[in-house]
Amino acid sequence: MESVIGGVLGAVAVLAGATVFVVNSMARATYSLLVSFLAVAAMLVLLGSTYVGFLTVVMMTVEMAIMGVFMLMYMMNPAGLMPMSMRHNTRGALVLSVGTFLVLSVGVFAVPWPGRQGKPARDVTYDLGTALMGRHMLTMIVIGTALLATMVSGVMLTSARGRYDRYGDELDRRPPTDPVRGGVGR
Amino acid sequence: MNIELFLLVAAGLFSVGMFGALSQQSIVMLMMGLELMANGVLLAGGAFWRLVSPGSPDGQVLLLVVLVVMAVEMAMGFAVTSAIFRARDVDLTDTATDLKG
Repeated sequence: MESVIGGVLGAVAVLAGATVFVVNSMARATYSLLVSFLAVAAMLVLLGSTYVGFLTVVMMTVEMAIMGVFMLMYMMNPAGLMPMSMRHNTRGALVLSVGTFLVLSVGVFAVPWPGRQGKPARDVTYDLGTALMGRHMLTMIVIGTALLATMVSGVMLTSARGRYDRYGDELDRRPPTDPVRGGVGR
Repeated sequence: MNIELFLLVAAGLFSVGMFGALSQQSIVMLMMGLELMANGVLLAGGAFWRLVSPGSPDGQVLLLVVLVVMAVEMAMGFAVTSAIFRARDVDLTDTATDLKG
């Protein structure tokens, strides 16, 4: 029974993933990607990793909602009203990806995978939490630092005019160069 | 549940994502392809954890790292897209070839 559910969810995940690059509308592409993520999250729950599965659901739903906005901002054809090709080197990409899939699937069936070792903990989420706060603390530290660095660089990259633009590299330019002159005595 | 089923789906997701990442002109669509590839890795990691070594939480920790990679990729991708769009009005990969070797 579980294999059947897993197979159906897997088919949904792959087909929804493929739909992303087929549909014309950007909203449809975004929500197909969301369906693909939700199917994978359900498969993770099926595998017993409830916490990571639900984390995927929460994170990806919000991420796709934000992505929808960016799609409308940066796409040539946001509403899909004007069908046009948005691909380059389609044949090469197709050959490479089909080749990768064939190599990977041959590996999947050719490798003698080891049998299951050990039994899952009674509460796998508790197990994950204690591991992150104990033995795997280094992972947690790296994750935290990486996320902080992402926040800082994201703000830096997206700010239109920062103080270095106004006051120069040494922050000593007075008065600052502003596109519109203003203020007292300037 | 056998591990081959999950790994096959993961390989499918990875390949579909790879097709998108290689073939899409729009930077946003390219990032969707990269996300799909990471999605496949996430599924394969989950399957390995449960069906090979469920006794230790290491597999789940790896899944968490993959999720963080997906979040960071998306955030930095949109930041770079915003920056290059603001500076040069570029929203296609074909017009951002500065690093082409």
